[in-house]
Amino acid sequence: MNKEQNTNAESFEQCLKCTVCTVYCPMVAVNPDYPGPKQAGPDGERYRLKNPVFYDDALDLCLNCKRCEVACPSNVKIGDIIQSARLKYSSKKPKLRDFILANTDIMGTMASTMAPVVNFTLGLKPVKAVMDGVLAVDHHRTFPKYAGQRFETWFKRYALKKQEEYTKKVSYFHGCYANYNNPKLAKDFVKIMNAIGYGVNLLEKEKCCGVALISNGFKNQAIKQANLNLGSIRKAVGRGEPILTTSSTCTFTMRDEYAHILELDNSDVRSSIALATKFIFELVDAGKVKLVFKDDYRKRIAYHTPCHMEKLGWAIYSTSLVKMIPGVDFNMLDSQCCGIAGTYGFKKEHYEDSQKIGESLFRQIRDLNLDMVATDCETCKWQIEMSTGVQVENPISIIADALDVEATQKANR
Amino acid sequence: MRFDTVIIGGGLSGLVAGIDLVRKGQKCLIVSSGQSALHFFSGSFELCNKENDPMKAIASLDACHPYSKLGAERVEALAARVKPFFAELGLNFKGDASANHWRMTPLGVMKRAWLTLDEYATFESETEMPWKKVSVLNIDGFLDFHTSYIAAALEAKGVEVAVASLSAPQFDKLRESPTEMRSTNISKTIIGEFVDALAEQINGKTDGSDAVLMPAVAGLTGTAEVERLKELVKVPFHFLPTLPPSTPGIRIQMMLKKYFQQQGGVYMLGDSVTEGRFEDGKLKSIKTLNNEDTEFEADNFILATGSFFSKGIVASQNGVAEPVFGLDVDADSDRTNWYQRNMFDAQPYMTFGVATDEEFRAKKDGRPVVNLYVVGSVLSGFNAIKDGCGAGVSILTSLNAADQIMNL
Repeated sequence: MNKEQNTNAESFEQCLKCTVCTVYCPMVAVNPDYPGPKQAGPDGERYRLKNPVFYDDALDLCLNCKRCEVACPSNVKIGDIIQSARLKYSSKKPKLRDFILANTDIMGTMASTMAPVVNFTLGLKPVKAVMDGVLAVDHHRTFPKYAGQRFETWFKRYALKKQEEYTKKVSYFHGCYANYNNPKLAKDFVKIMNAIGYGVNLLEKEKCCGVALISNGFKNQAIKQANLNLGSIRKAVGRGEPILTTSSTCTFTMRDEYAHILELDNSDVRSSIALATKFIFELVDAGKVKLVFKDDYRKRIAYHTPCHMEKLGWAIYSTSLVKMIPGVDFNMLDSQCCGIAGTYGFKKEHYEDSQKIGESLFRQIRDLNLDMVATDCETCKWQIEMSTGVQVENPISIIADALDVEATQKANR
Repeated sequence: MRFDTVIIGGGLSGLVAGIDLVRKGQKCLIVSSGQSALHFFSGSFELCNKENDPMKAIASLDACHPYSKLGAERVEALAARVKPFFAELGLNFKGDASANHWRMTPLGVMKRAWLTLDEYATFESETEMPWKKVSVLNIDGFLDFHTSYIAAALEAKGVEVAVASLSAPQFDKLRESPTEMRSTNISKTIIGEFVDALAEQINGKTDGSDAVLMPAVAGLTGTAEVERLKELVKVPFHFLPTLPPSTPGIRIQMMLKKYFQQQGGVYMLGDSVTEGRFEDGKLKSIKTLNNEDTEFEADNFILATGSFFSKGIVASQNGVAEPVFGLDVDADSDRTNWYQRNMFDAQPYMTFGVATDEEFRAKKDGRPVVNLYVVGSVLSGFNAIKDGCGAGVSILTSLNAADQIMNL
C-alpha cells in the first residue's frame, strides 16, 4: 500500500495507534488542551460515526498543517479526517472576525482601493486595540500592507500586450496575496517567465483558492469559489497551458483540499497545477531553458519549508533554484511549523500558542545571521518577519532580483 | 533530476547507507513514505543475541541469513565500523561485537544487546546487579513506564528498590490529556532551566541509593539535556526504555536525517515511489506520488523499505509481494505454512522478504537487477526477533551496499 491507495477519510482502519503523528504535532507540544492528531483524527472518528455528540470543540485547535500525515507510517489521512470533522460536526457559528479573515477577496478589493488609508488605519494603536477587543484579532499582529494598485490592474495595463510576443504560454493563478498585498511577487514571476521565453496569461476568472474559508468553517462558499477556479483552470488546460502559482498553500489547496475536503473532482486538472519553482526548475534541469545570474548578487539565505510545502514534497525545487544563484550562501532550516497557519495565528485566542510553536524556528533564524529567509508561503513570511525582524522573500522574487534579465533572454532565444 | 544514488526508505538502513555515501561525496536522494521503526527504539542495537558471543552465534545461522551471505569475516569488519560511525554524529554507544552485554526492557526482562546508547543502564550479567540499592523514579502520571515491573525484576535479583515519582506543574499540564502523555511530550518540557530544577528534585529522592533509574524521557532533539542531568545528579544516573514512542530513538532519527541533509543529501518525507523504469537488467529511474512526472535518475538504487510494518513487503490473501517494483520475494506460497499456532514460536512469515543474489542485488522475474541493492528488514532469510539481529542486519547490510556502490 502506498500513499496513493489511501486517500479518503474512511482510511482510519489503517491506524495502528503507534502515536508517531502525536510526536510531530506542533499543537500538542504547546497546548495539552488539544487531544492530538491520533485522538482527534482516527480514534475520535470511530466515536463520531456512531454519534456526532462525541465531537470535541478542541478540534478547533488543529492548525491543518498536515505534518501528522507526512509522519504517519501507515498513510492515514489524519489531517483530512480532522478538517472534515470540523466542517461536518462543529456547531460553533463563525464570528464576524472569522468572516473578515476568511474573505480575502472582499477585504482585498475594498482595502486596495483605499490602500493608503487602510494601511495607515490598520497600523494605528487605537484601531489595533478595537480590533483586539471587539473582533478578537490579536493586537500584536500587523496586517499585511495593501498595495495601491492590484497586480491584475497593473498586468492588464502594462504587461498584457507584451505577452502576445510569446508562442509558449503558461497561465498564472496569482492568489490574493500577490494581487492585493505583494504585486511585486507577481511582477517578478512575469519577469522571469518572459525572460525564459514564456508568455503569461491570467485565468479568465480567479477567486481566492478558499483555504481561509475552509479553515473558518465556510464550506459552501469555499465550494462555490473552488468550482469557479476549476472552471477557469479547465479552460487554460484546454489551451495546453499549465497553471502556475507562487504560493505553496494555494497550490496545495487546489490540488488536494478541493478533492479531500470539498469533495470536488479535480483529477482531470490536478497534475496541471504546479508551483512556478517546480516548473522552472524542471525546464532548467532538462536543459530546455537557461538562467543567467548577475555577477554581483551576494546574499546569505536560509530556506523555511512551509507545512503545506512539506506536504506537497516540493521544497527540493525551490531550494534547488535558489542554490543555482552563484552568490547565494545557502542554509536549510529545520522543517517545522512557524505557528501562523494562515488566519489561525491572527486570532487572539491562538496568538500565544502560535508564537510558542514557532519559537525554535525563530531562534534558529536569529542565530544564523542571515540577509534573508526564503519561503513559498505568504503567511509564514508575515510570521517570521514579525517574530525575527529578518526579511522574508518568495524564491521567485529572489530569482528575479538575482537574474540578469537581458543575458537570460539572449540565452533562451 | 539526477542523483548518484537514490535510496527508497528513510529509516535506520536508508539513512546509514545515505550518510556513508554522502560522506564519500555522492549526491543522494532518500524517499521516505513516513516515519520509521527508530520511533520504537529500545535503546540498544542487536547484532545477534542468541548467545553471549555474537560472532559464535552468527556462525551457526542458516545459509540464507544475510550474515551468512556476508560471511563472518565481513560481518566482523563491518561491525567494527559502527560505533565510530555514530560517534562522529555525536551519538555515543557502549558495547562491542566481542561479547554481548545485558539490557532491561520496559517490563523488566533482561535481553542481550550489542550496542546501547550511553545514557541507558547496561549490565555485565543477567542475574548479578551492580547495585545494593537503587531509586526507580517515574514522572507523575506517565503510563508508559511501570515501576512495579522494574522493581519486581530488580528485587528478584537481590536489589533493594526505592520507588518514587517526580512531579512538576509542567507534568500536571500534560496530564490534562492523559492518553497523549507520551515520552516525547514529556521530553519537550525537560528543557532549559527546568532541567536543573528536575535534577535537584531527583537528588532529593536518591536517599542512600547507588544509582538512579528513570524512564528515557529527556533529550528529544539532542543530548544536551541528558548530559546536564548526568552532571547534576549526584549518584550514577541511567535511563531505562519506555513503551513507544522512544524519545532517544526519535533523536537518532532526527540527528541522522539532519546530518544527511547537512552533507548535501536530499530527504523527501511523506512521499511514495510509484514506479520504476527498468532497462537491460538495470533500474534507470523512479517516479514518486508527490512529484508526478518528474523522473529521479541514478546510477544505483538502494531498497530500504522495511518489513511488513513499514510496508516494504505486503501480505494479502493470495500471497506476499514487494509493492514498489514487484520484485521477487522469498515466501511460502501456501498460506497455511506462514505461521505457527503458538505465537511465541519462530513464525515463518518473519523470514519473508525480497529475494536477492549473492551480492544483495534484488531479483526481478528470476534475474538480478544489477544496480538495485536491498538492505535491512526488507531482506529475506532471517527472523529479527528470534535471531536478535534486526538492527545489526540493517546497519551492516547498508554499510555493505554503500561499499559495493563505491567499489570498495
